[in-house]
Amino acid sequence: MKKKNNLKEPFVRIVKRDNIKVKNIILIYSIAVIGGLLLSGFISMLFSDKGLFDFFQSLFEGAFGSDRKFWLLLQDTTLLLGASMALLPAFKMKFWNLGGNGQILVGCLSAIACMFYLGGKVDDGIIILIMFFASVFAGALWAFIPAFFKAKFNTNESLFTLMMNYIAQGLVSLFITIWVKSGSGVLAPIQYGNIPDIGNKYLLPIIMFSLITIVMHIYLRSSKHGYEISVVGESINTAKYVGIKVDKVIIRTMILSGAIAGLVGFVLAGSINHTINTSSANNMGFTGIMATWLANFNPLIIIITSFFITFISKGMTQVRKTFMFTNDSISNIVVGVVYFAVIICSFFINYRLVFRKKEKEEIKK
Amino acid sequence: MTITFLMSAIAIGTVLLFGCVGETITEKVGHLNLGIPGIMCTGTVGGCLFISLYLNSLEKVESASWIMLILSSLFGAFLFACLTGGIYAVMTITLRCNQNITGLAITTFGNGLTQFLMHSYVDRSNFSIAGKIIAKSLPFAENSNGIVKVLFGHGFYVYFAIAIALLTNFIFNRTRVGLNLRAIGESTATADAMGVNITRYKYIAILVGSGIAGFGGVFYIMDYVKGSWENAATIEAFGWLSIALVIFSIWKPSVSIIASYLFGALYIAAFVFGNISFSGREVLKMLPYVITIIVLIATSMMNKREHQPPASLGLNYFREER
Amino acid sequence: MDKTVILQLKNITKKFGAKIIANNNVSLDVYKGEILSILGENGCGKTTLMNMVAGIYYPDSGKILINGEEVIIRSPRDAFEHKIGMIHQHFKLIDIFSAAQNVALGVEGEKFNLKEVNNRIKEMANKYGFNINLDKKIYEMSVSEKQTVEILKVLYRGADILILDEPTAVLTPQEIRSLFKILRAMRDDGKSIIIITHKLNEVMEISDRVTVLRKGDNIATVNTAETSEKELTEMMVGEKIDLNINRTEPVDRKLRLSVSGLTIKNSDAYKVLDNVSFDVYGGEILGIAGIAGSGQKELLEAIAGLNNYESGELIYYHPKKDKPVSFFHKTYRRVMELNGENAFKDKKGNDIDLRGMTKKDVKEIVNNEMVIFKEDEVIDLKDKSPREIRELGIRLSFVPEDRLGMGLVGNMDIIDNIMLRSYRKGKSVFLDRKRPADLADRIINELKVNTPDSHTAVRKLSGGNVQKVLVGREIAASPAILMTAYPVRGLDINSSYTIYNLLNEQKQRGVAVVFVGEDLDVLMALSDRIMVLSDGKVTGIVDARTTTKDEIGLLMVKSDKNEVKE
Repeated sequence: MKKKNNLKEPFVRIVKRDNIKVKNIILIYSIAVIGGLLLSGFISMLFSDKGLFDFFQSLFEGAFGSDRKFWLLLQDTTLLLGASMALLPAFKMKFWNLGGNGQILVGCLSAIACMFYLGGKVDDGIIILIMFFASVFAGALWAFIPAFFKAKFNTNESLFTLMMNYIAQGLVSLFITIWVKSGSGVLAPIQYGNIPDIGNKYLLPIIMFSLITIVMHIYLRSSKHGYEISVVGESINTAKYVGIKVDKVIIRTMILSGAIAGLVGFVLAGSINHTINTSSANNMGFTGIMATWLANFNPLIIIITSFFITFISKGMTQVRKTFMFTNDSISNIVVGVVYFAVIICSFFINYRLVFRKKEKEEIKK
Repeated sequence: MTITFLMSAIAIGTVLLFGCVGETITEKVGHLNLGIPGIMCTGTVGGCLFISLYLNSLEKVESASWIMLILSSLFGAFLFACLTGGIYAVMTITLRCNQNITGLAITTFGNGLTQFLMHSYVDRSNFSIAGKIIAKSLPFAENSNGIVKVLFGHGFYVYFAIAIALLTNFIFNRTRVGLNLRAIGESTATADAMGVNITRYKYIAILVGSGIAGFGGVFYIMDYVKGSWENAATIEAFGWLSIALVIFSIWKPSVSIIASYLFGALYIAAFVFGNISFSGREVLKMLPYVITIIVLIATSMMNKREHQPPASLGLNYFREER
Repeated sequence: MDKTVILQLKNITKKFGAKIIANNNVSLDVYKGEILSILGENGCGKTTLMNMVAGIYYPDSGKILINGEEVIIRSPRDAFEHKIGMIHQHFKLIDIFSAAQNVALGVEGEKFNLKEVNNRIKEMANKYGFNINLDKKIYEMSVSEKQTVEILKVLYRGADILILDEPTAVLTPQEIRSLFKILRAMRDDGKSIIIITHKLNEVMEISDRVTVLRKGDNIATVNTAETSEKELTEMMVGEKIDLNINRTEPVDRKLRLSVSGLTIKNSDAYKVLDNVSFDVYGGEILGIAGIAGSGQKELLEAIAGLNNYESGELIYYHPKKDKPVSFFHKTYRRVMELNGENAFKDKKGNDIDLRGMTKKDVKEIVNNEMVIFKEDEVIDLKDKSPREIRELGIRLSFVPEDRLGMGLVGNMDIIDNIMLRSYRKGKSVFLDRKRPADLADRIINELKVNTPDSHTAVRKLSGGNVQKVLVGREIAASPAILMTAYPVRGLDINSSYTIYNLLNEQKQRGVAVVFVGEDLDVLMALSDRIMVLSDGKVTGIVDARTTTKDEIGLLMVKSDKNEVKE
């Protein structure tokens, strides 16, 4: 024997656990969220002379400070919810769709194109109808392309969809240079094809995407399609064994996924922005991934995670003002820190730590 | 024109090469690091921060020495990239968090941090001078033309990248460390059962890989664009292309040298030949992404055993898993 | 035998989660220069116990002593330092590395030089009588070659204590014999060898002492010379059980499936099945023997419609019981074509011969549904997908080797798994979970599946219960052909016999049962005929009642290149 140095049990061991109570899961997540926010508060304090109390006050003020802010919070929550619903079926199928941004953006672009070319020539109602189909079709197409190659050649879908984002951005830049003759690169809001308000101007996405969430919940849980998606996601071999046409399910599901993303683009273009730039998708393709994953792919919990993520980003706008940060990147830092805190929860849910026992030492003596 | 084009292609290729080699190293131990774009960003700001600290410590900017600028940029980039990569390493190795999602969070965080520090804490007033010093090539190539210029007219970083890629290749194929690293990526449980210290190897690989990736951004800012700064999204885009390049170079650092320069050429085509019209230029700008997709499809169609990713890629390892 | 204790386990306990106690207070001594068998049923904790010695698991409590000194083994590396090496049941080898690279992996403290490694391995190989090509890649190797690499790996590190987990499970009788020869040579060289096994005859043949574990408890340690197979079985199972498989004579043997000239190439253009022809009959069990990876998987998957094949015919004879002819054969010509011996009978059940009748009479009889057709319908299965096979009404059930990776979905509950085969039924876009739920309850009751309820994820069940769910579902479809691949692998004795009985029951009902197995004793006791595959070719179809293990063993390694290996 070479050496006798390791006559000690490891100081701490990691042990898998299989029976954690829902109560404890909620507790772990709550601690993580609060911890993440506190940490973010401290980080913000580092770069400013304001205190922790100001941080939290501004955070809540930014989200709930006025009627308008509250409505905006709801609107953006449901938009993110829509983006998450687009990603959800793909993720359930373990198709790592990182192309939400691109799919939303082409939806947006198609709608704006309809507004630009048809505006004034055709009745607004008809434009909106065409916009709707164009957006849904474009989003579906953008998702269909990587899905097709995934199904046929098992092409890596995460990088494929990611590249499709950049191509979508390129297309937007291209059309803006065509449409904006001045060369300023900024497209002024278009007056045609604007979706009329229902109640107030925030309600349309709120109603539309809440409905889609409920439908998606039922689709995934109780329909044959939803069942097939789960089987394909869990095991391609099992799917083949029971005679599911895996290619077909992948393509079908991604078309659905892209269509919903296109719909988000339609609402963004027709009801909210009336214009477009390369970041019109507001990075919801990525935040949607976070919302979906943090909710463990459960549509109803995604409502909570979408709300929470939107709350932070809205709140941080106010924090930025209060703390007098000159650029908006601080909110990315905070969001990142909170993500870390919440992602780490999965460790404490799946594993527990066992520390070296004291009595063990005594026996040895 | 052709000379400028080739020079730029190699420069952009170098940015990608750093990222690609860094990502290859982490993928070899079975970790798909989607945080590389963010890590490249923080590497950039780390390098820039240390350069600005060095410049501010001088009385006269013109007296800045080449070696100090290179060292401070290398050190800063490696340090910051390692720290960011360290977050990823702790979360995915020790805490066994989902690699994809952790990577995306790292990218969000890294982008934000870089943007923030670059705006508020990096003094870029003398960067154009520093950039010129850093980009200095060997004296004989400085005023040369033609092929000599293309081959030898670059700054230190370009050759440094090639050296790292070749060294990595050597380590993978000719040393015990490389054998152990590849074994971890192929079958972590096997390597573990054979007594390879999985945790240590994984940490070192991810930290070193991140550090190498971090050089890419600082090279781009200091050498290629001579200190000007738009935003972190540019660097982030390089990061994503680097990850795609890993697949194209079939996890071989030696192949990645050629692949990176090829991509660099495609990327730069838009800016060199794109003076036809605004819209023509926009079309050319999309080219590298389209080509990446075509490459992805082509590699997936040639389904060979030697061209497969490490078998344990993306899977976290827990020894007592049953 | 030298009576020095080299390895001692004292009061080892290991739990998984809150409920599963894998080892409960187990103590054990191992002497220098002996072969010790650790005997026990699947799931009794043999492997877990040894994994703690090898540093894969860490015990919750208890001590490990080597040469009388307490040691802490935190990782496989620590185990190697104490000269302990384990050969796992699922080989721990890197497929794309060569044998020498695999041996060199993880060794530290010496210069990295593959040539040097090669020489040292060759030296060892000669000493104990191994035969190996060190430059060969693992993925090109046979199972027994892989095992040799595993043993060399452990020896290369200078292990004095070798642990082998079920080393014979995948070997032919001849290979087992040469392995035992090597093990004896190593024992005589002073090494201590621990063999984990559940096969009694091997325990009796090779070991000096045997330790029996049952449900995590150490039952007894006895000298092999002083015990008997019967006594060991009782200790292992804890009760007296009848280990005979009740094989009945085939009744009403009917051709169900005819495979001819089946050839399949894999992605490397290698013929994994080469011109395979055989018939499967209803009312009998056809055993398929062969070394693992001889094409068994591909064969069953091809029949199930999962594999594309190069060439060959698959003809299925669909049982159409006593249906009026006019129901499916309208034309006179078709009817006359089918008119073989005893093919038709009238409504009273008497045979009729249509051949003597006029066309008009035949038509009249057929149109009035006076004639009942008895012949099976012939269906060509070529290029049919599993879904098409199902839609044709063919009742083909398949219990694949990979239960949780192919047969079932681990993360879904029992009901959703039961539904896998039938969810498509009906026009509705929504799922009907009511009927599968009833069926799930029935399977749980009838096969005594040990589960809290039918909403439990299959992944959480033990191996035997997982298999009961899978076999239960496949049998519930009342199959005409039932194919099973290694259906008792990893199951305890009682569950295994439940499965054997189910298969026999199906056979008596006239089902054509195909049983791919690895344990030759079981194959010979259960099957009526045994087909042997070797490297994708059929090397023989023998009568299970008269054949011998050696005969099958020779067929398993027979090939064009080396007629007879031994």
